[in-house]
Amino acid sequence: MARRLGLHQEVLQVNVWRGNASGGKHCHYEVPSLESQTILDVVTWIQRNLDPKLSYRFACRVGMCGTCAMMVNGKPRWTCRTHVRKVLDNNTLTIEPLRNLPVIKDLACDMSEFFDKWDRAQGRFHPSKTRSDDVVRIPPTSVHRTQVDAAIECINCAICYAACDVVQWNPDYLGPAALNRAWTLVNDVRDNNQTVRLRAVSSDAGCHNCHSHQSCTTYCPNEINPTASIAGLKRATAKATLSGKI
Amino acid sequence: MLKPHRHHPLWFAFIVHRLSGVCLALFLPAHFYVLGLALNNGESLDRFLHWTEHPLLRWVEFGLVFCLAVHMFGGVRLLALEFMPWSPKQKTFAALAAALSLLVACLFLLRAT
Repeated sequence: MARRLGLHQEVLQVNVWRGNASGGKHCHYEVPSLESQTILDVVTWIQRNLDPKLSYRFACRVGMCGTCAMMVNGKPRWTCRTHVRKVLDNNTLTIEPLRNLPVIKDLACDMSEFFDKWDRAQGRFHPSKTRSDDVVRIPPTSVHRTQVDAAIECINCAICYAACDVVQWNPDYLGPAALNRAWTLVNDVRDNNQTVRLRAVSSDAGCHNCHSHQSCTTYCPNEINPTASIAGLKRATAKATLSGKI
Repeated sequence: MLKPHRHHPLWFAFIVHRLSGVCLALFLPAHFYVLGLALNNGESLDRFLHWTEHPLLRWVEFGLVFCLAVHMFGGVRLLALEFMPWSPKQKTFAALAAALSLLVACLFLLRAT
């Protein structure tokens, strides 16, 4: 291996979890250290040079699509924008599939449950107007629009979902991403489904399960604050309950 | 328990709040039992109060007061987080709750010794 990498080439020690839904183990690889190298570069180098059977998921490579998230040294990261030198621990990287999601193979998780929860949190827009009506004019500085702006840039990477301990403890919990999406719609004045949505997010598996650990906020690569969105939902559902709407 | 993704101040604030609550829940039955002695068995209560004057017990009481204070200030922090407009100073509030609790417990210890 040393000859293949070149005798003077610095080498990273990389442990990658390999397996499927029924179990697996860490496999060790040696990968050349390069300038400005990302975690996704490391995984790709292993697949192209050492083990073509290694499975993982990526698409855009520039932090837009949200498909390449993995656990890196125990923390959820978007691997295409995570530089190796920032997370390297004692010259070692441990790369695993995201927590709290079923594994398909190696580093690729099944995201079905994650997106099903968006549906269960009423994450779809229900228009209150038809195409014949005028466009609703929403001032960019209005309170509702400002709340939406703060939460709308989610790329569905599931990093918050993997960071959340409540999801681990209660697998039915809707999770930070779905509740953050619901909060953007609660603040959408054009939406016509608010009562149903507030009832959905205040269910047994809804926003009131959140323990405010703020791990979702700590690890969100787009600096969104799902804890603030969930706190907003808690206030909105409390108000709706007191006024008898839900 | 301390998995790498939990290594951030606000998760520590959560676990301190939770553990202090468990300690208080364990303490309360003993507390009510001792209060009950005042009604039923005055001599036993006096013996117990004399026993609590041991210096080591002062440090246990320091821990108890810290648990009570950190649970209260931590609870106020969570109520503010959930019912007031969001503030980006969450870590500062958690540090403030811990500092105030330590101050209260130290003041108690200074008065008790």
